[in-house]
Amino acid sequence: MSTVESDIVMACQITSDADVVSARQRGRTVAADMGFSRPDQALIATSISELARNIVNYAKTGTIELSLVDRGRKRGLQVVANDNGPGIENLEAAMTDGFSTTRSLGLGLPGTRRMVDDFHIVSEPGKGVRVTVVKWLH
Amino acid sequence: MTIRVPVLQQGKVLIVSVQDALSDSDLLNVQQDLLDKVFSVNATGVVIDVSALDVLDSFGTRTLSDIAAAIQLRGAKTVIVGIQADVAMSMVLLGLSLPRVATALDLEAGMALLGQRHVA
Repeated sequence: MSTVESDIVMACQITSDADVVSARQRGRTVAADMGFSRPDQALIATSISELARNIVNYAKTGTIELSLVDRGRKRGLQVVANDNGPGIENLEAAMTDGFSTTRSLGLGLPGTRRMVDDFHIVSEPGKGVRVTVVKWLH
Repeated sequence: MTIRVPVLQQGKVLIVSVQDALSDSDLLNVQQDLLDKVFSVNATGVVIDVSALDVLDSFGTRTLSDIAAAIQLRGAKTVIVGIQADVAMSMVLLGLSLPRVATALDLEAGMALLGQRHVA
């Protein structure tokens, strides 16, 4: 079944760690307005926090965009994190718990995948990273 | 903008209440301020109240864990109190569980764990 995407309801430029905080707070507000449960709001806010931090840490700047998506009767919130940074050399390793090229815990990407319903990542060295995640309303 | 978080003292125990809008660099400032204070007053225990946080992501959790580890090397004990239910669930999914850090339901329980009676 195809996914129908609506207009972007929120777009955040991510250039500093303060932007990470405001993106996750704004994301939580959108999720609450859509009727997500409190646990799901926390999962969405935490996912945005991880994705936005990756932008700051690895690419310096990028964007977080939120849009509403529909698939059949299901409605969801889609988060797209996009940057034009150095990209990821080994995607498979980056999706493994504990793998990190910095001093982080290496849980950001694999952890985010566990917190959302749909997870899609596209990256090539030198061509940035684009992560698309969706949380569906139950 | 830098946010400073006050560190309260009760006897040899320090109490710090972390607020939600803290960025990564703010959190590192809290870490530094708190460790300075632990050393300067020879604290025997630290209670970190995170009940105001509605997100505790990988960086936040690692910072808490680092703080607790540093304080332990100083011979003092750290208790993290007030992790919200929703936050706890997202931490588990992220793969974060603070295995070597004491946790308690609230400030009072945290103080009790340190052998202190909390005077409100």
